[in-house]
Amino acid sequence: MASQQMIELQDVNKWYGQFHVLRNVNLSVKRGERIVICGPSGSGKSTMIRCINRLEEHQQGHIVVDGTELTNDLKNIEAIRRDVGMVFQHFNLFPHLTVLENLTLAPIWVLKKPKAEAEETAMKYLQRVRIPEQAKKYPGQLSGGQQQRVAIARSLCMQPKIMLFDEPTSALDPEMVKEVLDVMVGLAEEGGMTMLCVTHEMGFAKAVAHRVIFMDRGEIVEQNTPDQFFSNPQNERTKTFLGQILH
Amino acid sequence: MASAHGTGIKPPARRLTWNDPTVRAVVYQVIALGLVAFGVWYLVSNTLHNLETRKIASGFDFLTREAGFAIGESPIYFGPENTYARAILVGILNTLRVAVVGIILATLLGTIIGIARLSKNWLLAKIASLYVEVMRNIPLLLHLFFWYALITEIMPGPRDALNPMPGVFISNRGIKVPSPTDHFAFDLAAGGFLLGLILSVVVAQWAKKRQERTGLTFPLMWSSLALILGLPLLGWLIGGAPTQLDVPVLRGFNFQGGATLTPEYAALLAGLVIYTAGFIAEVVRSGILAVSHGQWEAASALGFTRGRLLQLIVLPQALRVIIPPMTSQYLNITKNSSLAIAIGYPDIVSIANTTLNQTGQAIEGILVIMGVYLSISLSISLFMNWYNKHIALVER
Repeated sequence: MASQQMIELQDVNKWYGQFHVLRNVNLSVKRGERIVICGPSGSGKSTMIRCINRLEEHQQGHIVVDGTELTNDLKNIEAIRRDVGMVFQHFNLFPHLTVLENLTLAPIWVLKKPKAEAEETAMKYLQRVRIPEQAKKYPGQLSGGQQQRVAIARSLCMQPKIMLFDEPTSALDPEMVKEVLDVMVGLAEEGGMTMLCVTHEMGFAKAVAHRVIFMDRGEIVEQNTPDQFFSNPQNERTKTFLGQILH
Repeated sequence: MASAHGTGIKPPARRLTWNDPTVRAVVYQVIALGLVAFGVWYLVSNTLHNLETRKIASGFDFLTREAGFAIGESPIYFGPENTYARAILVGILNTLRVAVVGIILATLLGTIIGIARLSKNWLLAKIASLYVEVMRNIPLLLHLFFWYALITEIMPGPRDALNPMPGVFISNRGIKVPSPTDHFAFDLAAGGFLLGLILSVVVAQWAKKRQERTGLTFPLMWSSLALILGLPLLGWLIGGAPTQLDVPVLRGFNFQGGATLTPEYAALLAGLVIYTAGFIAEVVRSGILAVSHGQWEAASALGFTRGRLLQLIVLPQALRVIIPPMTSQYLNITKNSSLAIAIGYPDIVSIANTTLNQTGQAIEGILVIMGVYLSISLSISLFMNWYNKHIALVER
């Protein structure tokens, strides 16, 4: 029986040299739960979600993803990464491959799928992010918004149980933010996917999040449902932050 | 006129003025062209005049005359009775022999050192950077003298030759190794090697097709290694597994029989490879560093293992940065091989020089050297540029 808990962080601590980036972070995420993480820059929110697929190593505490604890064991790390998709601020598409090849590379080499099957899945997800006509183009030929939608599709092709979004719209021109958010809202509305999203798009948080987390100086300062979080923030730091971004 | 009517706006009248960039450009170009033409005319007419007053006949007729000198080492037969043309051919072959092997070895060594310098292992990275800084900061000529002196001065004479394994002798006359005799089994082994190469390509194609169909990957490196090493062994066994080799034997002052790596060739090759590998290491390192950290992260997040990540994502992108400066290094190896003359390796410069001294045909000799290097260099450039274009990034 799969447990209800998808991600479990217990007393996670991390330092960059002297700098304490994560301080006793405790977080538990249920299967299918959608969480938005916000906070000022340098507060450790990106570092926290990057610890979940071990792009960053935590130095103290425990991180358990879908029943597997993250340790130095490469087999564990690879197994977890297969189940955890990630979308980056700067897209990080592979510029030497076409859009279709970007989408099929990991399914072919990591999941060992036949090419035809991988391409079929890829086209399905390209339809879903509404750019199937760009399949034969190279990333450099697409706009930022299109590239980010391809990046989302690339993660979805691995059929992950968890999706991590690391400021997916911060590097986009304003008119392209909506097309990416629409795709993310669509993904959320389908349900079933556990999503952790670092973003300052509060509209998105209100629309789809089950829970909003506010981080500052490496700590989780406050967490609540979107309604409560925005209308009735408890902590002073949260109030200041919300005052700065909502006007 | 017509356009001025159409828009109703007259283009401003063109005036011939020094402040017009087009006028300036034309004047500069005319002056530059005039200077070049004058320089060429001066050199040519001067040369022709000098040749005439000294009664020197020009032309390439000397190429068909008997050379009358011997060449220390040659991949094809050459004796004093052969022509100058054949001597120059020997020089070209000797230059190619050292340049091609040098390029291959320097690429391998340089790539290993370049990757080692990026290693997370502190000691390995430091050793690699020490290598780069020391080797590329010593002039190549010194490298050659060092290696040549090491072989000819430090190594014992043939009578006391080092004998690290049966049949192999290292002395100041070079490295002697047993060579295969004229036996059917060795032909079979050579055939097996070729067959192994061809089959490896076939297997690679099959593995690619099978992966597309079923998704299964195939251990290509191991299978190719087995084919390329196993088939020659099989050929040798079928041929009766002869154990007689042409083993070098000490007769008088030197060894007879077997194959030889001469001190000159070995020193030149070692010098070129060790020196250039330092530069290639930096080219490889900068190429890998040029692939953004985000590419590593995105690939890791998708679950690629480190090996596949390098093979499928990092190296294809790094190559684009690596190829253009790598081309320069390959050209450097080829042209630097002309320093062979300093340690007595008979490359094209050395032989053309001898020819020039004996025939007095200085201009023709220099033209031959220029022609040879130009053809080799242009071939390398053309191939590398074609390859570079082949892998270039598509941007909008």
